[in-house]
Amino acid sequence: MAGNWALSRRRGALVQRGAIFDRVRGFFQEKGYLEVETPFRIPAPAPEAQIDAVASAGWFLQTSPELCMKRMLAAGYDSIFQICRCWREGERGTRHLSEFTMLEWYRAGADYLSLMEETEALVGAAAAVPRIVYRGRSVELTSPWERITVADAFRLHAGTTPQQALAAGTFDEIMVEQIEPRLGLTRPTFIYDYPACCGALARLKEGDPSVAERFELYIGGLEIANAFSELTDPREQRSRFEAEAAERSKQGKAPYPVPEKFLESLAGMPESAGIALGLDRLVMVLLDAETIDEVVAFTTEEL
Amino acid sequence: MYTAADLRKGLKIAIDNEPYIITFFDFAKPGKGQALYRTKLKNMMTGSTLDRTYRSGETFEPANLEDRKMQYLYKEDDHYCFMDNDTFEQIHINEAALGDAKNYLIDNLAVDVLIFREKAIGVDVPNFVNLRVQQTDPWVKGDTSGSDSKPATLETGYVLRVPPFIEEGELITIDTRTGDYSTRVKG
Repeated sequence: MAGNWALSRRRGALVQRGAIFDRVRGFFQEKGYLEVETPFRIPAPAPEAQIDAVASAGWFLQTSPELCMKRMLAAGYDSIFQICRCWREGERGTRHLSEFTMLEWYRAGADYLSLMEETEALVGAAAAVPRIVYRGRSVELTSPWERITVADAFRLHAGTTPQQALAAGTFDEIMVEQIEPRLGLTRPTFIYDYPACCGALARLKEGDPSVAERFELYIGGLEIANAFSELTDPREQRSRFEAEAAERSKQGKAPYPVPEKFLESLAGMPESAGIALGLDRLVMVLLDAETIDEVVAFTTEEL
Repeated sequence: MYTAADLRKGLKIAIDNEPYIITFFDFAKPGKGQALYRTKLKNMMTGSTLDRTYRSGETFEPANLEDRKMQYLYKEDDHYCFMDNDTFEQIHINEAALGDAKNYLIDNLAVDVLIFREKAIGVDVPNFVNLRVQQTDPWVKGDTSGSDSKPATLETGYVLRVPPFIEEGELITIDTRTGDYSTRVKG
């Protein structure tokens, strides 16, 4: 009877996790999205300064299915979604697993604002209830959700501007210590219009190139998803990748090969928007779990 | 020397030459931002606490503590008494300084007493200790409430969640690094 109690006690959470995944798939099928699978092991991940890939026999385990899914968009697959494993070196904590489950979806003709609406509908469908309790607070899931720009959040919660914070090198600390804990407490919050430098694959905002058309979704202080209007200019994308690669080498990190096939395909990519949503995190919120460990069958440490 | 990636609950580091123990640790990474390591630290001399956020690449010196092998003898008021097995010297440490370690102190338990500037300021207990269950509700076979754990009080007074099949009087192993039930001791 002793068995593996740490595993068997998660049955309730895993049953609910399965039901949430079913509802997520049902949502996309109903909307005419094609479920796709792209390879986990890839030769060249997107060179992002702060995301480290796990090496795998000369290639890498994907940190996100983004590049392959955008190549599909460019090839005419206009509404696609994927539920897959992603790996990020060194990321482990109560809200992080180095191997985790991502939901990504992309839609031709969409921008980040229309994606916010679709995200509200998706999370509502996944939850299947109008409100949840997370960390002792009631969170209303019915539309409309709260929307706040990054600039307003910095002014309101930290008394500064994103530009000042970036110049002082404290942008991330302010985000983590002062802003994130206050987002999405009574209803989910979209925080949007990030400084242009904080969105290596995002389109700059029309009429205001100082910000990128990027948003993040927070529920109960927990970051759930990241999205943008996609950058479709191959030359601009190449120079952004070079800047990220330069930042990586400044940090003493080994360079990644340039994802040439992705860059080539960008020329044919339609205007579109895409989003990456941490499914383990969404399950955490819907189940009121304290740690990500409670909503997966195995953590790395248990293998 | 430690790096930010070594930080975890229970680690002892030196800040301004004073020993601190990490009482809370979490990894954070905002959006596409950098990895941040959030901690709460307790000064092991004064008991005062600090909130600190560190970045990867930062390095830390271990707290400069001497450890002496001792065994736990008894508790008196809010002091706990330990004895050096070689010299038979006895020392007292107050409850606040022991932190979570007090949950695992059973008679004759071998511990490392931590000394800083000739003062005992804490103890390290083994990673796993066996403790007897003093009180827990019986398991009702066929219980369909779906509860997968129940509270149990151990002989030290420590209360934790255990599997439903654990009975009063049983010996169980606790992982002192997390404070969680680990396994049932057979026999």
